[in-house]
Amino acid sequence: MLAYIIRRLLYAIPILVGVNLLTFALFFVVNTPDDMARMQLGVKRVTPEAIQKWKAERGYDKPLVWNSAAAGGARLTDTILFGKSVRMFVGDFGRADDGRDIAREITTRMGPSLAIAVPTFVLGLFVAISFALLLVFFRATTLDFAGVVLCVALMSISGLFYIIGGQWLVSKVWHLAPISGYSGGLDAAKFLILPVIIGVFGGIGSSTRWYRTIFLEEITRDYVRTARAKGLPERVVLFRHVLRNALIPILTGVVVVIPTLFMGSLLTESFFGIPGLGSYTIDAINAQDFAVVRSMVFIGSVLYIVGLLLTDISYTLADPRVRLQ
Amino acid sequence: MTGLPVQPVLLWSDALLFVLIAAIVGLALWARRQEALRAAWGRVLKDGVAMAAATVLAVFVLIGLLDSLHYRARLDAAPGEQGLAGARYAVEVNSALDALLSDLRQRSEKTYSAPLATHLFAKEALGDSAQREFPRLKHGGAHLDADLSGHEFDIAVRVSRGCAGGLLIWLLLVLAVRHLGPAGPAAGPTLVGHPPWPTKVGPTVGAVLLTLLPILLLLGIAISLGGGYHVFGTDKVGQDVLYLSLKSIRTGLLIGTLTTLVMLPLAVLLGILAGYVGGWVDDLIQYLYTTLSSIPGVLLIAAAVLMMQVIIDTHPDWFATSAERADARLLALCLILGMTSWTGVARLLRGETLKLRELEFVQAAQAFGVGRFAIMRRHILPNLMHIVLIALVMDFSGLVLAEAVLSYVGVGVDPSTISFGTMINTARMELAREPMVWWSLAAAFGFMFALVLAANLFADAVRDAFDPRSSA
Repeated sequence: MLAYIIRRLLYAIPILVGVNLLTFALFFVVNTPDDMARMQLGVKRVTPEAIQKWKAERGYDKPLVWNSAAAGGARLTDTILFGKSVRMFVGDFGRADDGRDIAREITTRMGPSLAIAVPTFVLGLFVAISFALLLVFFRATTLDFAGVVLCVALMSISGLFYIIGGQWLVSKVWHLAPISGYSGGLDAAKFLILPVIIGVFGGIGSSTRWYRTIFLEEITRDYVRTARAKGLPERVVLFRHVLRNALIPILTGVVVVIPTLFMGSLLTESFFGIPGLGSYTIDAINAQDFAVVRSMVFIGSVLYIVGLLLTDISYTLADPRVRLQ
Repeated sequence: MTGLPVQPVLLWSDALLFVLIAAIVGLALWARRQEALRAAWGRVLKDGVAMAAATVLAVFVLIGLLDSLHYRARLDAAPGEQGLAGARYAVEVNSALDALLSDLRQRSEKTYSAPLATHLFAKEALGDSAQREFPRLKHGGAHLDADLSGHEFDIAVRVSRGCAGGLLIWLLLVLAVRHLGPAGPAAGPTLVGHPPWPTKVGPTVGAVLLTLLPILLLLGIAISLGGGYHVFGTDKVGQDVLYLSLKSIRTGLLIGTLTTLVMLPLAVLLGILAGYVGGWVDDLIQYLYTTLSSIPGVLLIAAAVLMMQVIIDTHPDWFATSAERADARLLALCLILGMTSWTGVARLLRGETLKLRELEFVQAAQAFGVGRFAIMRRHILPNLMHIVLIALVMDFSGLVLAEAVLSYVGVGVDPSTISFGTMINTARMELAREPMVWWSLAAAFGFMFALVLAANLFADAVRDAFDPRSSA
C-alpha cells in the first residue's frame, strides 16, 4: 500500500511539471511580458520606461529560460521560468500585483472557503443520495417520473439564477439571513447558512439523477434478487445491499472533489462576499493579476492529483477485494 | 453605377455555423440509408417528449440562423456625392433578424422601463417645473391618450388579438397536416381526447403540433403587444429586452455547437489512437489528458481567455469592424472551451476502443492484413459513433449554461456581444435598486431555461435511443 502511494506520488511529478510548463507557456510565451505590461498600463500612450519599470517590479525583466548574462547555475535560476514557475513546487508563489504574499493570502483565505464548501458538499451528498434512493424505491411509478422531470428541470436552471433568486427571496423578501458578508468565529454561521442552502439546492438536480442511474443499474444484479428472494423488505435491500454496493461508482465521482473543496466556489463566494479563495481567484481574474491566477492553477492541479490518489485508496476501504499494488 | 442595396457580410462564425448545418443535413441523409441508425433515430422520432423538445429547439435554431445572415446596409448617398462611383455601406453590421425586428431595435427609450409600461422607471425634471416626475415613454404606449385611459383595455385587446392570430395559424397548420398527412381510420379516444389530427400520423406529429400551439400563441401575443409596448421592458440604455433576449440565442447556440466542433476531432482522433495503437502513443495521450484535466476547468479557461484578450488588445489592426473583433473573441472562446473539454470524451473513447480491439471482427480484419488506420476508420470509429453523438448532445446544454457563468467571471464573450451572460451580468448590478429592476434577469433566465430544458430533454431521448445499455 505504502509503496503504491509513493509510486503514485512519483507519477504526479511529470503531470505537475506538465501543468507548470503549460501555464508558463500560456502566460509568458504566448504573450511576452511586454504585451502584458502594455495591457496593464493601457495600450495607448505607454512609454518604454513605464514598461521596464512594470516588469522590473514584478521580476519579469529576466530572460525566459536561459540567462546568458549570468554565471554558473544562475544562468538557469535567474530566469522567469525558474523564478516564476519552478519555485511554485516549494510553495513559493511570489507576490500579487498589490504586493501581498500569495502563499500567505492563500492560507488565510482557505478557512472561509472550507467553511462554505464542506457543509455544502456533505449536505448535498446526503440530500442527493436520499432523494435518489427514494426515487429508486418508487421506481417506475408516477412519483419516480415526476422526480426525474423535476431533476431535469432543476438542472436546466442556471446556477446564477439559484444564487440571485435565493438572495432575493430569503434576504430581501423574507429577511431571514444577511444578503452577503462574513465574520470570523461562530458569527459566521448566519452568513453561511444561505450560501450553503443555495449550493445544495443548485447541485441537487444533476447529482440526484446521476445517483439514480447508478442505483438502477445496481438493482438489476443477482445479489439483489437473492436478497429479495430471502424475503428481505425492499427498504433493507436498498439501504443495506444496494447502497453499499453502489459505493464504488459513487466514490469515483465524489472523492476526487474533496481536495478541490479548498479552492472554494467562484460564484458563491463572490456573490456572498465571502473572503475565500474563490473570490480571491475571481478578483484576480478581473484585475488581470496573472501571478495569482497562475498560482491558483497550480494549486488546483495539485489538489486534483491528491483527489485521484484518495479515490484509489478509498476503493480499498469500500471494497476489500480491491488491492493496490 | 449602383451597388446592391445591402452588402452581405460573412463573419467567421456564420460560415462555421452554416458548414455545421450542412454537415448535419449530410449526416442525416447518410444516416437514412443505414439500417441501425435509422432504427435508433426512429425511436427518437417516436418519442413524444423528444419531438416536443426538438420543436422548441428548431424554433431557437431558426432564430439563430436568421441572426447569422449578416449584412451592411447601403448608405444613402449624400447630395454632393451623387456622381461618385460605387456605393457606401454602413459600418454597422446587421443581421436578417435585426431587419425583421428593426422596430424593436430602433425604438429605444432613455433608460429602464418596466414591461408594458407607459412611463420611464426613473424620475426626471419635466419642463421648467421643479417637480420631478416619471416621463412618458417615447414608444411604449405612445398611442394612448395623455390620461392613459384604456391602458388595460388596450393590452387586453392586443393579447386577445395575438392569441386569435396564433390560434388561427395553428388551426391552418392542423388542417394542412390533416389533408397532406397519410389518411387513416380514426382510432378511439386517446389521452387528449379526440385529437384533431389523424391518429395514424402517430404521436410525433401530435407532439409537434401540441408544442407549436403555445409557441404560436406566445408569438402572436409578442407581435401584437410588441407593436405598442416593450413587452419585457427596457434595459439601462433603453434597449428593448425582448430584442436582446432574441439576439442572445445565437450566441448560446454558437457556443454550444462550435465548441463541440472543436472538441470532437481532437477527442475522436486521440481517443481512438490511444486505445488502438497502445504503447508509447497511449502513454503520451493519457499523460496529455490527465495533465489538462488536472487543471480546474474555469481556471484553465480563464487563463487562456486572459491571454487571448491580451493578443486581441495588442493587435487592434487585425479587425476591420468591432463586429469582427467580437466575433473573433467568440470563436476564440469556443476554441478554448473545446481545447479544455475534449479530455472526458477522449477518455471514454479510449476505454471503448480497448474493448473493441479485442473483438472478433477487429481481430479478423487484422488477420486479413487490413491496415491499422483502415481498421480504426472502418471498424472502430463507426462503433463509437453512438458515444460521440451522446456526448455531443449532452454537452450542448452544459455549454449554454457555462457561457453565462464565464461572462459573469469576466472571461466570457466580448462585452459588446449580446448574450445571456452579458444580459445577466449587466442586470445583476441593478438588483439593489428599490424597486427592483427584475425584467432583464427574468427574460434572460427564462429564455435560457427554455433552451436548456429543451436541449436536455432531447439529449435524454437521444441517449436512450442510442445507448445499447439502456435499450437492453
